[in-house]
Amino acid sequence: MEIFGVPSALLGSQLLVGLINGSFYAILSLGLAIIFGLLNIINFTHGAQYMMGAFVAWIALNKLGINYWVALLLAPLAVGALGVLIERTMLRKLYKLDHLYGLLLTFGLALIFEGIFRDQYGISGQSYPVPELLQGGVNLGFMFLPIYRGWVVVAALTVCFATWFIIEKTKLGAYLRAGTENPQMVQALGINVPLLITFTYGFGVALAAFAGVLAAPIYQVSPLMGSNLIIVVFAVVVIGGMGSIMGSILTGIGLGLIEGLTRVFYPEASAVVVFVIMVIVLLVRPAGLFGKA
Amino acid sequence: MTSAFHPHPEMLRIHDLHAFYGESHILHGIDLKVARGECVTLLGRNGSGRSTTLKSVLGLVGRRSGSIMVNGKEVIAEPTHRMARYGVGYVPEERAIFASLSCEENLLLPPQVASGGMSVDEIYRMFPNLLERRNSPGSKLSGGEQQMLAMARVLRTGAKLLLLDEITEGLAPVIVRKLGEVIIELKSRGFTIVMVEQNFRFAAPLADRHYVLEHGEIIATISAEELPGRMDWLHQTLGV
Repeated sequence: MEIFGVPSALLGSQLLVGLINGSFYAILSLGLAIIFGLLNIINFTHGAQYMMGAFVAWIALNKLGINYWVALLLAPLAVGALGVLIERTMLRKLYKLDHLYGLLLTFGLALIFEGIFRDQYGISGQSYPVPELLQGGVNLGFMFLPIYRGWVVVAALTVCFATWFIIEKTKLGAYLRAGTENPQMVQALGINVPLLITFTYGFGVALAAFAGVLAAPIYQVSPLMGSNLIIVVFAVVVIGGMGSIMGSILTGIGLGLIEGLTRVFYPEASAVVVFVIMVIVLLVRPAGLFGKA
Repeated sequence: MTSAFHPHPEMLRIHDLHAFYGESHILHGIDLKVARGECVTLLGRNGSGRSTTLKSVLGLVGRRSGSIMVNGKEVIAEPTHRMARYGVGYVPEERAIFASLSCEENLLLPPQVASGGMSVDEIYRMFPNLLERRNSPGSKLSGGEQQMLAMARVLRTGAKLLLLDEITEGLAPVIVRKLGEVIIELKSRGFTIVMVEQNFRFAAPLADRHYVLEHGEIIATISAEELPGRMDWLHQTLGV
């Protein structure tokens, strides 16, 4: 069967790849958006924290025998705790300064973390096995769906929409939204904003690490895996609108799919299509598709 | 939720309060006392330091020194978020209604940090407009509704000392009248109120005492009984 002259199996598999990439874009840009919303910090360490999530899972498996399912919980907690430490000891001192200082600090930290892992493990990737429960695939008739890839999409989107629900529909989310608008007033109303900021940064970082664990069996676990991805994720955040939660999720998935389709119909442009869209969005709607001008 | 609130006859005592924004020295040794259940105003021209005095109590200025006693406890070293636990409720000049939250979300946002806070039903009885607009986004409320919401929000927390900054500014006379009725009711319920007000005609009949500020200092203290005899001086000083 062909669709627009393209075999359906090829189209389906590229759409699946796009959906998987989109899921990673969504979960990573969501973390960035949450952090930017409350802290006003562009977290350039996000890619390195994603990479560390994957490495924690890999080390846990190979050195400690801890399986994938435990790592899926453990790695976000461990990397999130490191995020809390970074916020408490470094980022906190920068809130009253220009945004540039936060950007420079997080960029420097990303280089340090990547350097440490390069020094220890080199740049050739480490493989992480697909967990037994998720091995194999399903023939959908028009394409073959590897179960693990389907799981990645479901898990990433579940986490994204759960995060959206927490932010939009719960009291904690109301604190976060109010704190994003006017942190001083939120403090005057009796809410511990410094603690809220620490928690938010830790949570955003944990999301990146969660994505890293999900990515470990698909991509090679490598010190550079984050820096390869993070530039596209920043473009996603800009297109969705800085600080917009739903914007990050929908834009991430949408751009992943567009990238996948471009790979089928015009492969030469697949590496730049996200950036072309970013330029167009910035020209037409500088606040982003879902951002408030 | 634990409360740091135990009644003390003196609800607010400020002594030798200095406040700074960066290098600018705004308050130059403010001294004032407010007893439990009193309503006092801070009067003065723009830039005299009235709003900064309220913000200093909350810790919302760059730097401050001196002494701030709330309900008999020294609080100058306390972080802003703890002030609500000492029974301090702040209604800022700009109202600070959160645009991304609905009217009711704004109302329910602050945690109840002290006992004796009003229930939501009581608040809706006091401000029926808010009940009608409970699902409207904060940004869609009128100025009067935003002001009522800003006041309602702190009443729910259990605050006993209300710091109200220019609550009548830019509002229609009918809303100003309603706010006057609310202040009278709050006084009758034993709330302690410190108001910064430009609208002297609104504040005069409500307050037990007036502090007049100029250049970050208190230049006069006028009781309600002394007020009629000091009106000419006050008009001249305030430029009203």
